[in-house]
Amino acid sequence: MRRFLRPGHDPVRERLKRDLFQFNKTVEHGFPHQPSALGYSPFLHLMAIGTRSGAIKLYGAPGVEFMGLHEENNTVMQIHFIPDQCQLVTLLDDNSLHLWSLRQQSGASELREEHRFTLKGPPGSPPSATQITAVLPHSSREVLYLGTESGSIFVVELPSFRVREDRTITSEAVLQRLPEDSCNRRSCELVEALQEHPKNPDQILIGYSRGLIVLWDLQSSKATHHFLGSQQLENLYWQRDGSKFVSCHSDGSYTQWPVSSDNRQPEPLESLVPYGPFPCKAISKIYWQTTRNGLPYIIFQGGMPRASYGDRHSITVIHGSQQTAFDFTSRVIDFFITFSSEPAAEFEDPSALVVLAEEELVVIDLRTAGWPAVQPPYLASLHCSAITCSHHVSNIPLKLWERIISAGSKQNVHYSRMPWPIDGGTNVAPDPPQRDLLLTGHEDGTVRFWDASGVCLHLLYKLSTVRVFLTDADPNDNMNALGEDEWPPLRKVGTFDPYSDDPRLGIQKIYLCKYSGYLAVAGTAGQVLVMELNDEDAEHVVDHAEADLLQDQEGYRWKGHEKLKTRDGPVRFEAGFQPFVLIQCQPPAVVTSLALHSEWKLAAFGTSHGFGLFDHQQKRLVFVKCTLHPSDQLALEGPLSRVKSLKKSLRQSFRRIRRSRVSSRKRRGVSGNASEVQEANAKFDQDALQEMELAPVQRKIEARSAEDSFTGFVRTLYFADTFLRDSSRHCPSLWAGTNGGTVHAFCLRVPPAERRMDEPVRAEQAKEIQLMHRAPVVGILVLDGRGTPLPEPLEVAHDLSKSPDMQGSHQLLVVSEEQLKVFTLPKVSSKLKLKLTALEGCRVRKVTVANFGSCKTDDYSENNLAVLTNLGDIQIISLPLLKLQIRYPCIRKEDVSGIASCVFTKYGQGFYLISPSEFERFSLSTKWLVEPRCVVGAPEATSTNHVHSKSGLGSAARRS
Amino acid sequence: EFRRFSLERSKPGKFEEFYGLLQHVHKIPNVDVLVGYTDIHGDLLPINNDDNYHKAVSTANPLLRIFIQRKEDADYSAFGTDTMTRKKNVLSNVLRADNHKKKPHIVISMPQDFRPVSSIIDVDILPETHRRVRLYKYGTDKPLGFYIRDGSSVRVTPHGLEKVPGIFISRLVPGGLAQSTGLLAVNDEVLEVNGIEVSGKSLDQVTDMMIANSRNLIITVRPANQRNNVVRNSRTSGSSGQSTESSLPSSTPNILANSLQGEEESDEEDIIIEDNGEPQQIPKAAPTSESLESLTQMELLHESTQNGFLPSSEMNLNHSTGSISMEYEVQDADHKSLEEDGTIITL
Repeated sequence: MRRFLRPGHDPVRERLKRDLFQFNKTVEHGFPHQPSALGYSPFLHLMAIGTRSGAIKLYGAPGVEFMGLHEENNTVMQIHFIPDQCQLVTLLDDNSLHLWSLRQQSGASELREEHRFTLKGPPGSPPSATQITAVLPHSSREVLYLGTESGSIFVVELPSFRVREDRTITSEAVLQRLPEDSCNRRSCELVEALQEHPKNPDQILIGYSRGLIVLWDLQSSKATHHFLGSQQLENLYWQRDGSKFVSCHSDGSYTQWPVSSDNRQPEPLESLVPYGPFPCKAISKIYWQTTRNGLPYIIFQGGMPRASYGDRHSITVIHGSQQTAFDFTSRVIDFFITFSSEPAAEFEDPSALVVLAEEELVVIDLRTAGWPAVQPPYLASLHCSAITCSHHVSNIPLKLWERIISAGSKQNVHYSRMPWPIDGGTNVAPDPPQRDLLLTGHEDGTVRFWDASGVCLHLLYKLSTVRVFLTDADPNDNMNALGEDEWPPLRKVGTFDPYSDDPRLGIQKIYLCKYSGYLAVAGTAGQVLVMELNDEDAEHVVDHAEADLLQDQEGYRWKGHEKLKTRDGPVRFEAGFQPFVLIQCQPPAVVTSLALHSEWKLAAFGTSHGFGLFDHQQKRLVFVKCTLHPSDQLALEGPLSRVKSLKKSLRQSFRRIRRSRVSSRKRRGVSGNASEVQEANAKFDQDALQEMELAPVQRKIEARSAEDSFTGFVRTLYFADTFLRDSSRHCPSLWAGTNGGTVHAFCLRVPPAERRMDEPVRAEQAKEIQLMHRAPVVGILVLDGRGTPLPEPLEVAHDLSKSPDMQGSHQLLVVSEEQLKVFTLPKVSSKLKLKLTALEGCRVRKVTVANFGSCKTDDYSENNLAVLTNLGDIQIISLPLLKLQIRYPCIRKEDVSGIASCVFTKYGQGFYLISPSEFERFSLSTKWLVEPRCVVGAPEATSTNHVHSKSGLGSAARRS
Repeated sequence: EFRRFSLERSKPGKFEEFYGLLQHVHKIPNVDVLVGYTDIHGDLLPINNDDNYHKAVSTANPLLRIFIQRKEDADYSAFGTDTMTRKKNVLSNVLRADNHKKKPHIVISMPQDFRPVSSIIDVDILPETHRRVRLYKYGTDKPLGFYIRDGSSVRVTPHGLEKVPGIFISRLVPGGLAQSTGLLAVNDEVLEVNGIEVSGKSLDQVTDMMIANSRNLIITVRPANQRNNVVRNSRTSGSSGQSTESSLPSSTPNILANSLQGEEESDEEDIIIEDNGEPQQIPKAAPTSESLESLTQMELLHESTQNGFLPSSEMNLNHSTGSISMEYEVQDADHKSLEEDGTIITL
């Protein structure tokens, strides 16, 4: 035992460890949590997203991405790229400005913060005097114009952020030459918008919130034009030629103004309330894009009739007679338009509308009739329905990969074929070493197949299990079906839909056999579906089998949810994975473990009541085993038991309080209503905190006993061909581990292939091991004669693994939450153990065997256990000697959902959720490392097109 | 009946052999008996293992008076300090059973008749303000029965007094093991769990460690009440033979060796049921190392010390005598006034 306490100091091993293990968090997949700002550089073709936690992320061509984090962790309010530069400026909610640069270093670009700056007013001035509301990076790249709440516009030099006080545009200067009646100080209250003249860099347009708009000449420091708007101003947009501009207003109207040298105080050309005549909500941003054919695109955010559609998050596109109000699933943060023309071209010719909503990114193709959506290659909304589980499969055979892609492409026909419009930068990362799939199970009963090979997590195919069941939702209820004369012409876009029809549909466990294409999926209401990949649509009946896990245990009543009702008769399934058999566990408790052996055609499943084995070739239940302890009332009654739910809800509410405390600290500096809410929140938090302090947290110290609840909960299932009964003959076996520290081993007799359909599969209980520490068993593994884990089913048949050594004696590794133990087989005697909890106070949450290759030589690799503990540490433990190799802190221990969501890959990488919508990817291996590596081209004022030609090649190569 | 026979003082042999010899001499081969002797102070002390047997033989001066009682009739109260002097004549006391009924005694049973539930260990290597308590949890009959909480304690550091977070016992469950030992109390600060310092660990971590070690839990506490601390007058009397005045951190390896060994003893008890047969303990595949065995011995030594059966005074050994004569007695008394009520006395 003591030898585990001292880490080995063998220098050879230490050197080898350095060649094998290395910890890196490489990239974040998915959609940023709580985005707060959007920026776009038409020059670099790069998009930037800022979040409430102070992160900024830059995206270009697929694979081109950068991330930066503001030290302050404050909300990013605005992002502005410096024209024609690899630089951008961010404004945070603490009124600080930050200059970021993309610099090339050893062949790849890096995003770095260069400077920070907070605007300071004269001593004694109110904070509002310098509170920045609008930022204009001037095309000269030398200065920033900063509009403030006080109405003054400050000028700072770049990159030094030196304030040029001599050039400050005060409201007094602006009001000169203005007619007396509109000349009061209040008209200059807050700078709402600043826009540079598209043709003349010496002129800038200043919009004040009260409605006054001024064209200011920088050379003469004088206002050349005054535009007297009567409505509260929201935003401004110049037309391409500089002859007109548009203003949009809080009453839902927009106004066109002419700019000419003869009229210094012109009247508006046109003023419209597009969704009038009833009161409308504000139009907060507007674009006026000119085209070759003369008909402009008018694109604006908001403006919906307040009473009937005030709750919609919409962006309207008007082009001639076409008008569509895109209706988003969540609040619109910001949007921009991409255009493919040269910056100096006469017309803008918009190509795509890019909208950042709170929960997803939506891109609309404006070139194709019908304005279809474009499928983003990154920034996927992982949480469009909440993720309930994930499963990773490494090294997918090409054949299966192509079939999944083909099934997925049939689902994506409604997407535009337009190439991804945001295509800046060049991806210089090597092609991913292998094809990896990440499968996520969702609350709405879907399983999503993601291409997790490279930096861009990309949706390949979506599988829905809902069709098998009868649900309350009417399948004919089509939200998009709108009548001809529907006004406003709303059209739903986006996939974010967090509301599940029926929580019982939720997916809990997934198991994919990459060699055979068999997939098993299990859900919340005890449903287990076995599926097969079919390249064509098909209509067939799903066979149905019931597995009564309580068997002869009498007198128990399940108080939890009912099982899902199934559809009678044949069901039509689209191409892809199609279920052919449904196994329904009784009672219909959550399926807690699942295993599939495609070679033997067996599926094993477990719940809190027991486990069963199903022969999916003969479609026959082989056996069930009840693991329930008679006193375990909680497991019997199901999740609706009052005792548990009360406890749980209390715990959750405390967690919520804690979380809201953290987030409320971040959300400062928002005016008006929000701050009141915050104040109330803060008060509530404080009260809750005090309450917690009054009753100190205490923990009961009690040994686990057989009577504890949920001891029968089946945590892990494992198939192995090993020596279970005697050392001369090996046989198929099924292993199950429970929450109470019990391991059940069943000896299986699978008929040979030629009689597979004729003879039944038989099973017999051969062993039962009770770990005296009674901790939940989270992993079971059999090591062959060489101490190597047994290969996966069909792996040897596909020549992808050496045959296991059946000469030497096999060993059984049982991983409980507290210890790892190795036993001999077939006679079970304990050989080795490694205690984690007793010595370190940590518990095993996830464990996987991973293969680590050396970065120095290609021919050396070894299998180790990767273990994630409840403290968020990752430990690598050697096999078969169970020696701790190395330990890395990975996830904060308070991040319970992050720890629960973690999945390891077979090659020493892993994923965990850092927010409901984002996976962090990490690597423990020196050899397998997927991280962005990209170059953003140096400024070339003339052309941008060739900058990104290479990246297109890169992404094409990855798909093949 | 009385028997007298001689024994080789320099080679007393093992207690087992001696026990067999007694049974043979008295022709009671299948009767369980308690063996006692009177030491030089006139106390009736038990002989039930090699150590106290050797002690008895070595202190015989030159006659060793041995008392034998049939186990089921045994009068445990007869043993202990001052038993002989107090009663003047233990023989008369033992023979006249009715004398005995007047005074209900606290009954102390023999070590092999009950198992230890708790002990204070490593007294010699810990600072006097600390107490290392071992709780033995057998099966599920009695709950460990205590709660821990977060708190703060004051430490002396190079920068003066500092408030540091600590883990404290917050509650004892009435009737639980922790309470019944009397060794742990509310507000005692927990410093170590099975040799591992808890500083820097969260409440949940310490909880998990304690539960993982619950079958053989060794907690080092700083008692809230410092008045009942063990006062050491002689360091050499320590059972583990350590006399280093080591501070807590530096003694950790030694502590680990002890506690881990204890663990090894107690929890290698996973059970296997083969082919629906009888449950059996899973054997160890690898042989136990020598060092573990020697540690086991030390552990036994501990326990006997704690139960007060080992005389602590240093004796002058008389090596000159080649053989010793002995007096002994087999008791046939018929009092059945004994009950094992589980009262346990610890230091």
